[in-house]
Amino acid sequence: MEEKRKNIAMALCTGCDIGNCIEVDQLIRVSKDALEGLKIITHSALCSEAGLEALHGMVREDSISRLAVAACSPRAKVSEFTLDGIYVDRINLREQVSWVMEPKHEDTQMCAEDQTRMVLAKLNAISDNTPYIPETLYDDILVLGAGISGLTAALEGAESGRKVHLVEKSSSLGGYAGRHFKVLPSEAQVAPLAEPNVTELAQEVRSHPNVTIYLETTLHSIAGEPGSFTVRLKDREDTILGVGAVVTTTGWKPYEANRLSHLGYGSEGVKTLEEFESFVYNGQVPDRVLFLLCAGSRDENHLSYCSSYCCTAALKQALYVREKNPNAMVFIVYRDIRTPGFQEEFYKTVQSDDAIFMTKGLVESVQTGENGIQVSVTDSLLDEHVIIESDMVVLATGMVPNGTDDLQLQYRLGTGLPEIEYDFSDSHFICFPYETRRTGIYAAGTVRAPMDLESSREDGTGAMMKAIQCIECVKRGEAVHPRSGDQTYPELYMERCTDCKRCTEECPFGSYDEDEKGTPLPNPARCRRCGICVGSCPERVIGFTDFSINSVSAMIKSAHIPDEFEEKPRVLAFVCENDAYPALDDAGVNRLKYSPFVRIIPVRCLGSINKVWISDALSHGYDGILQIGCKPGDDYQCHFIQGSQLTEQRGENLQETLETMMIEPERIRTSFVEITGFHEIQKIINDYVEEVELIGPNPFKSM
Amino acid sequence: MNFPTLIIGGGISGITAAVELAEAGKEVVLIEKEPYLGGNVSGFNNYFPKLCPPACGLEINYRRIRSNPRISYYTGAEVSGISGSEGKFKVTVSLSPRLINNHCTACGKCAEVCPESPSPAAYIPGGLAFPMQYTIDADACKKMECARCLEVCDYEAIQLDAQAEEIEIQAGNIVVATGWKLYDPSKIENYHYSNEPDIITNLEFEHLLASCTRENKKLSRPSDGTVPGRIAFIQCAGSRDHNHLSYCSAVCCSATIKHALTLAEHYPKMLSEVFYIDLRLSGRNEKLLAKAENSKQITLTRGKAGRIRRADSSDGLVIEVEDMMAGRRREDSFDMVVLAMGMEPNQMGLELEVNEQGFYLEKQTAGIYPAASCKRPMDVVSSVRDATATALKTMRL
Repeated sequence: MEEKRKNIAMALCTGCDIGNCIEVDQLIRVSKDALEGLKIITHSALCSEAGLEALHGMVREDSISRLAVAACSPRAKVSEFTLDGIYVDRINLREQVSWVMEPKHEDTQMCAEDQTRMVLAKLNAISDNTPYIPETLYDDILVLGAGISGLTAALEGAESGRKVHLVEKSSSLGGYAGRHFKVLPSEAQVAPLAEPNVTELAQEVRSHPNVTIYLETTLHSIAGEPGSFTVRLKDREDTILGVGAVVTTTGWKPYEANRLSHLGYGSEGVKTLEEFESFVYNGQVPDRVLFLLCAGSRDENHLSYCSSYCCTAALKQALYVREKNPNAMVFIVYRDIRTPGFQEEFYKTVQSDDAIFMTKGLVESVQTGENGIQVSVTDSLLDEHVIIESDMVVLATGMVPNGTDDLQLQYRLGTGLPEIEYDFSDSHFICFPYETRRTGIYAAGTVRAPMDLESSREDGTGAMMKAIQCIECVKRGEAVHPRSGDQTYPELYMERCTDCKRCTEECPFGSYDEDEKGTPLPNPARCRRCGICVGSCPERVIGFTDFSINSVSAMIKSAHIPDEFEEKPRVLAFVCENDAYPALDDAGVNRLKYSPFVRIIPVRCLGSINKVWISDALSHGYDGILQIGCKPGDDYQCHFIQGSQLTEQRGENLQETLETMMIEPERIRTSFVEITGFHEIQKIINDYVEEVELIGPNPFKSM
Repeated sequence: MNFPTLIIGGGISGITAAVELAEAGKEVVLIEKEPYLGGNVSGFNNYFPKLCPPACGLEINYRRIRSNPRISYYTGAEVSGISGSEGKFKVTVSLSPRLINNHCTACGKCAEVCPESPSPAAYIPGGLAFPMQYTIDADACKKMECARCLEVCDYEAIQLDAQAEEIEIQAGNIVVATGWKLYDPSKIENYHYSNEPDIITNLEFEHLLASCTRENKKLSRPSDGTVPGRIAFIQCAGSRDHNHLSYCSAVCCSATIKHALTLAEHYPKMLSEVFYIDLRLSGRNEKLLAKAENSKQITLTRGKAGRIRRADSSDGLVIEVEDMMAGRRREDSFDMVVLAMGMEPNQMGLELEVNEQGFYLEKQTAGIYPAASCKRPMDVVSSVRDATATALKTMRL
């Protein structure tokens, strides 16, 4: 039955110099030898109307189910070569052969033939795929935390037709935003300050039929996977919520002011911004108030980052002082005034008040004395050293996130979202601020990154969008970004599993839970389809229908390896699809030449490389193995967080294995490139081939 | 019948809105005026604070566009009129003459034979461009007088007499992601931008860094090709200034520190001095500032730059500065000056509600949603966030 469905065909395009570079008839012969009964058509412009007509004709006539398109890169002419219900794979004869190798040369021909054999072997080895869709699907969305981000997320979700469950641990809605005295207006207005509108927002949320609110409630647990999460509320065993995705907006708390005793905290008259914000409602504002910005921020000993909101908040409070006490004088001591965008206009308004004095400077000490509080300032615009006397000092302290352990995820890898820098559950990527390491669970607002009110609203809205999108993707059985649309998922051959737990630990997304014995339990909807688990398993238990131990082994073994006397070394290059493969294509577009001795196997992530492929390659006679992927390290580029880093770690173990096999450790090389590194990748390949030539042929070649 | 969402602008924000909506199941149409997607960021060297290449995130998004049947796009396209109302807008789009059409395979033969030199009229802006096809600059092309490209194209992809077209698209709602352009530096008289080739803008410097670091070319002065030893960066050039742009563009401080650090990494002998009023690197960008403060090649000076003039004796540019921490004026000579200019919105002839500064207001006619930097100056992270949030707003029932 499997055999019947596997009608494999090949369509070869001779356009774009491919026909000028390789011997087409020879390639066709080699292809037919590689796969018995292979149907082949050739066309000089396969992507043209006529070419596609011929292609579709063959597919229909011969009931083709799997198609190899030998032409340009898989990144080119994608919609032209996407055929409904047919598995299509590309043989990159243009960017990665004809454009980078010597035309009509024997070595170029051998390269084209091997790349063709590899894809045909893959098409023969893969299985048909049925997408995974969880048995029970939920459309609702959970929002944890009803501050401004959570309220906005809930309302936006509700307005677009989703049922939202809003869980809040306190007895009221609004969080810190609900306690503001005044706010900056969101669009330009006449007065510099406006009334907060959180009460209105909360009321809209309360009265929306799509929102159910749970006050004074925390979570007991979240279990399951995107599209199918089961949420239990603490102390309410009867309430079980089924949700498809989660937005966590648990917010921030002020930096511990107790650590700022050197700035006077603890003494009479010294407050934080939060304390002043509540004080100003009823308190007696004195005649002299000094605001000390960056209190415990931008400071290696406290918070090294900038909390973004504090400059504007302090300036706002300076206006409160003037409003509440028209006789008052305000001093502001700052390092930089950070009022970006249109907040600059607001800054000018504050500057124009004659009773508000601002100076750049560093505060040396804050001492309470007889005549008030003495604030000693150095390095200022005024003078080398000056003492300002004040009745009250307000410390502009920074934001610290509340963390995400409140999610109580019943995941093997922990209850919350992993944190990156400074304890924020932020994304590492500039272009993808909502990148999450727990698929279907999105952090937003100040728990994700320090930000102001307006940004918090936008942030919550964006996270809700991603939550809705995730549910829709799961319903289609598809992965979310970066492998959007991928319907394959890891399948495990449990008979050989030894419960070593490497897959559960190495999965960057917590896709695997484990039972009492430690046996991995996959949750495919959590999976991003990176394949790191495929690479991690020493028993080779895990695979995707189109990317498995067998399919890649088949590719490796299909290449023809000349014997050691021919002086044609063979280097197998595993090239990560994300940054490295496009860089290779870019080298092709730029017509940079590289060695025809290299054989490319694209992989989903460097972390997906299983060491059995290394031993397959060495025993098959390859002289060297290159692994090229995205940069690891503090500023990592790896699209799956830790694939490249894992490769480095696994490399160390590999070196030991090679040594015991008496194989030179230089026969494996791992290199990293940026996507723009088309010169670098040319050099990596050419330099490595040269190195391998010097080491000499693989001793296993003649066996 | 539900019409698709039309997205005007194919920069990082428009692209983001398109992929996020399409993956949530919505049909979208993306309109971009240039021949390629990517907008301003596709010409950048790197992003702060990671110093990573824009092409990386763009490629992930292009991959999402390529494989998603719910996204269609038009390049070389501009909106010429919007009529109708929410749920049923009729948008007329002008398509500039496409001398190379979709049959193009990017084989490159046209560029090889194009006689226009030094830059051929037929070109592709790099191997990672999207869509992956060549373009002929209609203004530079000699059309039928030359027609060498016609002879070598095997794919019937070239039509030198192609005409502009107009199409009508029906849209349920519209996202406006038209982005930003730089404030005109020639408007600042005492900076003499128009007369001095060695005084360039931060955007020009970004492009310069992109071409130099990619191609390992040496960074040289536009005037005489020599390698600059000292480069001055002038922050808030024409910003925070009631004579020019009253607001702050939020990203220029981070961009300049990024420039100075990139210089320090690739050209260890070059010295940079940054003249600023406030250093506005907030959140995680603070750590870039810490690196710059510790760098021996970078000096940060609080002071507004006044006049810039050519030195009388040497080849340098002299800047008059109020050194505010030292409390005195000084003059200093530099080989190149980079003006950190602010951002203005691209209005693209669309008649939407604007604020005093010309940026689009959040609230527009029902069904029209401006996104990202056409509303206020913002960095890439904020633009992507904003575009994602705007996508959800279009899904309100």
